[in-house]
Formats: sequence, C-alpha cells, structure tokens
Amino acid sequence: MRIETEDLVLRYGETTAIDGLTLELEGGKIYGLLGRNGSGKTSLLSILAAFRRQTAGSVRIDGRPVFENAAVTSRISLIRDNGETVDIGTAEDAIFFAEWLRPDWDGAYARSLLDLFGIDPKKNVKEMSKGQRSALGVVIGLAGRAPLTMFDESYLGMDAPSRQAFYDALLADYMAHPRTIIMSTHLIEEVSPLFEEVVIIDRGRLVAHEESHTLLARGTAVTGPVAQVEAFTAGLKVLGTRRLGPTASAMVYGDLDDARRGQAAAAGLDLGPIAMQDLFVHLTGGPGAPGAPGTGEESPAAELRTGETR
Amino acid sequence: MFDDRSPIYRQIAERIKADVLSEALKGDEQVMSTNQYAAFYRINPATAAKAFQQLVEEGVLYKKRGIGMFVSPDARDMLRAERRKSFFTDRVDPMVAEARAVGIPLEDVIERIRELEGR
Repeated sequence: MRIETEDLVLRYGETTAIDGLTLELEGGKIYGLLGRNGSGKTSLLSILAAFRRQTAGSVRIDGRPVFENAAVTSRISLIRDNGETVDIGTAEDAIFFAEWLRPDWDGAYARSLLDLFGIDPKKNVKEMSKGQRSALGVVIGLAGRAPLTMFDESYLGMDAPSRQAFYDALLADYMAHPRTIIMSTHLIEEVSPLFEEVVIIDRGRLVAHEESHTLLARGTAVTGPVAQVEAFTAGLKVLGTRRLGPTASAMVYGDLDDARRGQAAAAGLDLGPIAMQDLFVHLTGGPGAPGAPGTGEESPAAELRTGETR
Repeated sequence: MFDDRSPIYRQIAERIKADVLSEALKGDEQVMSTNQYAAFYRINPATAAKAFQQLVEEGVLYKKRGIGMFVSPDARDMLRAERRKSFFTDRVDPMVAEARAVGIPLEDVIERIRELEGR
C-alpha cells in the first residue's frame, strides 16, 4: 500500500512526538523504520494504523485518509512490542478474533506458525511468557496477510532461534504474497538484511530515507595514519572519528567516486564499509542521551535533513 | 554468513562467479532463483536481484523471460581472461610484499613455485 504523510505532527501535552514529518513509501516492499528511544517510531506507526489521530498534517494510505476509515483500517495491521494484546482468553481465542477482523486471514498458515513457534492453542494468553506473547503477535501479524503489516519491535521478547524462524517465515511469506511490511527494530545488524528501504527518524523528524544498499554505499570508513586521514577527509562530511595511537579511522558519509578512491589508495589509506548500525548511531547524533539539548541544528542529523533525504 | 567488507549482493555475485570458474555451474545451466537465494541467505529478494542484475550486465548470466537466469556459454572463458589480467597485481604482488615483510628471500618463493609445478 502506498503511504504518504505530509507535515505530520503529533503532540500530547508538552511532548511533540512527530514534528513535521513528510514521507512517501511506494509500497510492496519491506521497510525498516529505525530511530532511537523516543524518536517517534511507535507514534508514527500508531498514526498509520489509525490507533491515534495526528495533531496536524495529513496521512494517506493508497490515497485515502486512515482515521475512522474502516475500509482502510481492516487492511492495516500493527503488531506492537508487547506482542499479542488480546489477552481475554486462549491463543485460539486470539486467533478467532484476528480471523474475524482480517479479510485476508489464512487459517492453515496460522496453525502451521503456532506449531513452528511451539505455542499451545489452548494456553491462556495471560499465562504466556513474554517470548510466547511476542510469537503469538507475530503469528497474527503474518497470517493476517494485511496489505500493510507493521511490526513494532514485535519480536523483542523472542529468543534468537525464534527470531530466526520469524525472519525465515516473514521472507518466505512476503515472497509468496508480496505486500507492504514496515519493521521497527533496535536489532539493526540482525534485521537490516531483510530491508529493501530504510527510514531513519530522530526527534520526530525524517533523517534519511534510502534504499538499504544506497545508504550502506554512502558510508565509508577511512583508516590510516592520522595526518593522511585528516588530509583526505577535509571537506567531506565526517560522522565521527576514532583514534588508536598513530592511526585514525574516520566515518565519511557521501559518495566517493573512483578518483577519490584512487587518491585514498595512493595515500596508503584503507577504505571499508560501515555497518548499518554504526551509520544509524552517527546519523542520529551519536551516543548522548536521545534528544539531548545542544545537539540541535549542529548535529549531523540536522545537516542531513537537507538534500540527503527524498 | 557474510563478512562485513562488501555489500551482500557483491558477495553473492562473487560466489556465482566462483561457481562458474570451477564449473560447478556450466554454460547454459539455470541458476537458482532470486527468491531461493534470498531465503538461503536470509536477505531481501531485491538485494539478491541486484546481484543477478550485476552479473547480467557483466555478461556472466543471461535472462530467459518467464523462465529464469542462465549462465552465458562464454562466461567461464570471459572470467578466466579477466582473472588472468589481474592475476599479477591481485595475487603475485601482495605475495611478494608479504614475503619481504616477513623476511622470506624471493629465491625461496621461486623454489617453492618450481616444486609445485613438478607435482
């Protein structure tokens, strides 16, 4: 489903959770939504799912507004971080409720997923462990086959083998039934290979929206003797530098053409890729407290908002 | 499964090239689909498709509409010619540099190569 937000704002009380966010996702892809704690990921997903109404700006999904629009919302599914929230009965009851809610529900697939994650259909949702609840949420998200399916840290309670089973199931089902999937996560290195595009937000604003491989290709680690690294990176956008005695490693953001790469080799510098997680850390202002004052307009995130986004 | 040093799609492309060179994949043989690659490597199918696209551009693979991807009949010869061209800069020069760095006389290296030739 095509998603368009324009100058989207969400405030509650004194807090501005979403601060003028304009975003276009053409749909039919797996998108990663990355942001620090409190950056507005859950707020954005809640608006897209019509769980909340925006304070200002607009949201359109396939060209139509979502809030109190049942024709659209039945086709949108948001699985939240606490897993399955319908906890009035057993797993079976939760499944029955989802089947009633979701026009594209696949019951046989849901049963096979319960089996895969080892969930007893007769078990009371309230008595489930965090991991089991997360897994039940994932089952409902996948088997719902909603044209827009969003997982908001849905798999945090799951252990590593269950998460890998989830990634395999998600990929297989996405390839068999292409749809729009948005995943927010803090497990960036683990989940990012699944993304076709990445959206990074910080303090309620868009920092970057790129194809995954484009974003990765923009980041380069330049390593070598301090003086050469400094000379080479002068005038480039440097996200951060680390030093170890006479050696420095600078993270550069931006395209390096073959001529520049040739210069680096001639200067004895080593060029390497930057992991998605490191790029994310630096694009969202480095390690300080999220949204800390004094990191405002000078932060790399603020600079990148112009020209680098689309 | 992947090292960090190059994008996943490039690693997949290198893997397919290695299979063509070793003749694990022969001319006009069909390669697995992007979806099979995506599932195996646990990556987005668009990333796998990018590896294939790169190989089509380089002439290693060709597309049969609606059927899939196949190895070009002359892919192996082409890759061999390409590797020959870069063999001395990519393999021999670093080996000589390493030999110097650790103090192995080049005479010993040459002797070793002669030994291997006789096997």
